[in-house]
Amino acid sequence: MNVSAKELSDSSTQREILVLGNPTFEKITEAVSRIVEGKPTRWWYALFSISVLLTIMLFANLVYLFWEGTGIWGLNNPVGWGWAIVNFVFWVGIGHAGTLISAILFLLRQRWRTSINRFAEAMTIFAVICALLFPAIHVGRVWVLYWVFPLPNQMGMWPNFRSPLLWDTFAVGTYFTCSLLFWYVGLVPDLATLRDRAKARIKKILYGLFALGWRGGNRQWRHYELSYLVLAGVSTPLVLSVHSIVSTDFATSLLPGWHTTIFPPYFVAGAIFSGFAMVMTLSLIARKVFKLEDIITTKTLERMNKIILVTGLMVGYAYSMEFFIAWYSGNDYERFAFINRAFGPYAWAYWIMVSCNVIVPQLFWFKRLRTSIPVMFIASIFVNIGMWFERFVIVVTLSRDYLPSSWDYYSPTIYDIMLLVGSFGLFFTLFLLFLRYLPMVAMSEVKGVLPQADPHYNHGEGG
Amino acid sequence: MKSIFQTLPQVILAEFDSAHSLVSAAKKLREAGYTKYDSHSPFPVHGMDDAMGLKRSPLGYVVGVMGFTGMIGMIALTYWTSAVDYRFVISGKPYFSWQAFVPVIFAITVLFSALGAFFGMLAFNQLPRLFHPVFNSEKFSRVTDGGFFISVQADDPLYDRGKVISFLESIGGRNVEVVDADEK
Repeated sequence: MNVSAKELSDSSTQREILVLGNPTFEKITEAVSRIVEGKPTRWWYALFSISVLLTIMLFANLVYLFWEGTGIWGLNNPVGWGWAIVNFVFWVGIGHAGTLISAILFLLRQRWRTSINRFAEAMTIFAVICALLFPAIHVGRVWVLYWVFPLPNQMGMWPNFRSPLLWDTFAVGTYFTCSLLFWYVGLVPDLATLRDRAKARIKKILYGLFALGWRGGNRQWRHYELSYLVLAGVSTPLVLSVHSIVSTDFATSLLPGWHTTIFPPYFVAGAIFSGFAMVMTLSLIARKVFKLEDIITTKTLERMNKIILVTGLMVGYAYSMEFFIAWYSGNDYERFAFINRAFGPYAWAYWIMVSCNVIVPQLFWFKRLRTSIPVMFIASIFVNIGMWFERFVIVVTLSRDYLPSSWDYYSPTIYDIMLLVGSFGLFFTLFLLFLRYLPMVAMSEVKGVLPQADPHYNHGEGG
Repeated sequence: MKSIFQTLPQVILAEFDSAHSLVSAAKKLREAGYTKYDSHSPFPVHGMDDAMGLKRSPLGYVVGVMGFTGMIGMIALTYWTSAVDYRFVISGKPYFSWQAFVPVIFAITVLFSALGAFFGMLAFNQLPRLFHPVFNSEKFSRVTDGGFFISVQADDPLYDRGKVISFLESIGGRNVEVVDADEK
């Protein structure tokens, strides 16, 4: 599969070949639509059953949580924030790669993104749904959740807009809405494809309704393309702003280990890093199960691995810079917080984090390793684990605060674990439904990057 | 604005081989003076706006106005709630500590811009519009697969069924077809 870029370019238009096998437009339609139209495989049913069971477990847990209160979690006095915020930050971070792929790479005209952007965006939406769950339930009294919105109420009170926790509500809410709109706008032409291919009446009606009567006319495309561009443009600052705002939950507090200016960029790099790892895991599975090797090429995967390597180095740099500043600041509490992280009671979590996030991505320096499917699959799973531990390490810094008499060791209860596992169940349930009922590759965009889509393409007449 | 139920009486459709021939056909229609025609393709074709003589979409203004409205609205909301209606000193900051309000103002600006981009696009495209005469053509379903079509609408001032058909054939259109709205 090691074909150089030169060999992979079409001679008549000098465009890089992004889809292998030089397919026609109809072949692209067929390759993507057949996944949705055919009977799901046994693998799909097996994975879907497990995911649904886990989702049921999640909802059962939520009922118990609402009945009993957050006392069922492992929270204790110095560690007032436990897995709820760890999971929240983890899931929001996952989403960022989807937005980076769909928005920033679109603005940078990185056309290889077309094969992965649709399900990276889907991943963003489902990850943000999982993320929003945790702040919603961690408040304990969920029935007063509406207090975070600026709604006129009988108490005559308004939310405190100076609080980073309120910023989160607005940042993540906006992020979810923008991602959903962007995803849906991208889906409209492909839903029209499914509408036009549908045989069953119910499918015709449903795809027809959601395709909004799309006719593919250029008078529509010109508004459509600008709308897509604007949505990419407004989503781009969100890639940087949302996780920066999430990091201020920690950074605006006065705790050693949290109160640092490096947090926003460090969180953003970590978010993109973890998100790309998740896109990698999901695309490798989808590519294998649905036989999309020609559309999601090794070249695309290699490019994603390069991004994982770069962002992994940024994360590693942030880890070392935190230590350097802790030493350089001369602040005893800051120094203690970091020595405690690496050698204290949670040293095991710290070293899992460093091994997964800093050491594992170094494999991708080597071309043979970053083009090897098994290596990148295992590495992406390690990165997912490592990035969860990163947030855990940050949160359990709380366990040793200023007063040694209040120190305590935090450990999760079975309910904490079931909520985390259940959130994965919810994520995969939504993702598998998406694979089953919606086109997982943006067909109209992939067609647009084929050489014959160019109006200057010389179609085989002595060119 | 036309309602989603109102429709055109008739449309003439012609099929073309490729993006390339679609662009040159659209250019010839424009040169011949047609105005109510459209070129349909499975993906946006580069250079088609110039070929059809279309100006840049005015959607950007909608987005700008919406984003600005969101920003002003959120500045007003944070000011009124924090400095007028519910005054509280929080961490020693002034009532209207605008620096701390920037994240929410920014978020709402982005949110309104995105809503403007989405609903503005639907409004300009007159979507959702679940019925259109072109859908009565059997072949037209290929437009979302790999087909390229030109449609000339009956409300074009130059519309004359016979002339349009022969013109479309002369510029390379195949399977020229007259589609009525009330077919079926």
